[in-house]
Amino acid sequence: MQDQPSAIEILAAVADFLRQHAMPQLQGHTAFHARVAANALDIVRRELEIAPQANAEEHQRLRTLLGADGSLEALNEALCEQLENGTLTAQNPDLVAHLRRTTMTKLAIDQPAYSAYRRALAEDKAATSE
Amino acid sequence: MGTDADPFAGLVGKAIAGAIPGATGIANLKRLSGGANKETWSFDVRCDGAQGKNGLLPLVLRRAPRGVDVGRSNLLSLEREAAVVQAAAGAGLPAPRVRYVLQPDDGLGHGFFMDRIEGETLARRILRDEAFAAARPLLAGQCGAILARLHRLTASAVPGLRVAPILTELGNVRTLYRSYRHPHPVFALAFRWLAERAPAYAQTDLVLVHGDFRHGNLIIGPEGVRAVLDWEGAHIGDPMEDLAWISVNSWRFGNIDQPVGGFGQREDLFAGYEAAGGRTVDRDRVRFWEVYGTLRWGIGCMGMYATFASGADRSVERAAIGRRASETEIDLLALITGKGWA
Repeated sequence: MQDQPSAIEILAAVADFLRQHAMPQLQGHTAFHARVAANALDIVRRELEIAPQANAEEHQRLRTLLGADGSLEALNEALCEQLENGTLTAQNPDLVAHLRRTTMTKLAIDQPAYSAYRRALAEDKAATSE
Repeated sequence: MGTDADPFAGLVGKAIAGAIPGATGIANLKRLSGGANKETWSFDVRCDGAQGKNGLLPLVLRRAPRGVDVGRSNLLSLEREAAVVQAAAGAGLPAPRVRYVLQPDDGLGHGFFMDRIEGETLARRILRDEAFAAARPLLAGQCGAILARLHRLTASAVPGLRVAPILTELGNVRTLYRSYRHPHPVFALAFRWLAERAPAYAQTDLVLVHGDFRHGNLIIGPEGVRAVLDWEGAHIGDPMEDLAWISVNSWRFGNIDQPVGGFGQREDLFAGYEAAGGRTVDRDRVRFWEVYGTLRWGIGCMGMYATFASGADRSVERAAIGRRASETEIDLLALITGKGWA
């Protein structure tokens, strides 16, 4: 067990420092790159928050979908092979649901402001409230 | 020349003195931002006589990074790119006038000088600033008309361009994807989807395709499109490819319901294309190329990471683009399994 602050708290503090204190003192390319750096720290923070559970769920879905076991990476490679050779197709609703869920998790970590992610979230919300 | 202290500026001035009749020196040399694969330098040439405004001729130097042409497989050399720009401008397209192609004796490496056209290339300004409010509704139609004129040029316009029908393009992108050795099941699905739908066509259907016709490569003024830049991806291919690439969601910059560059509807693009003499738009084929384009950009994001991982560019910016591959995954899923083509 590690001591406090947590990694997530440290990352949030550093990103806040870059945005609130460093960036106003910087100009041009350096200011731009400081913003990119702060955004990159946000990705790491969201990954620490979201990925442990989401990866475990993805792993379980892959075992079910493929009827096989292996590492997360190995199962993803097996899935790619079955998609490219046509064994699994977009006609399979479990497959489509898995791909969508996995991609939505990536976006929740990487690019939560992306237009198509916001739209997909809104669609999911509308579907569950129906 | 007042620039002798800077050896690079001295070389530019020397090349210009030989290239531009009446040139007496250069001023205001500065590197422009943008363009990860190429250097772009802005400067003014001081001229005797009639050239330029107030005796200043605004030019740009487009150059390989530090002059070294790394020869990426699908990108043109600077010399051939200059030939394409000249052919496009000669055919009446809005492309900058090429003034001079660098020679080995110039000591500046590979590149060329061209006219600097004032205007905006940043998508966020073009899509949000009041200055472009009147232009925005016109842009999709203008883009269609420009592409129609471009697509009248065929393989004979610029000899030696790669001929790249869809199966060749798809094969190249797939080889690139596999070289990155990271599984993307959504990309695998897209490869299969594309392979099953690859259109067949005759060699005679292929034309000069820009290959990167989108925001960043279009100079826009308050009245509309002023120039098309960055011809390094030009090739001989399916004209529908150019009509699709500009609608890849990543180039809409948040305006998801304005498919064409975030400023227009597909039907306006197609109407502009057909009205200017372009061939009949095959909407299924444009959709096919939009899937291809989305996949191509996703694999481009993987390539950004590969460049970072190789040590060639250790910037946070380069690394972060690797985490944009997921954007194209959600777009591909919408295009392939949902209602992403509306």
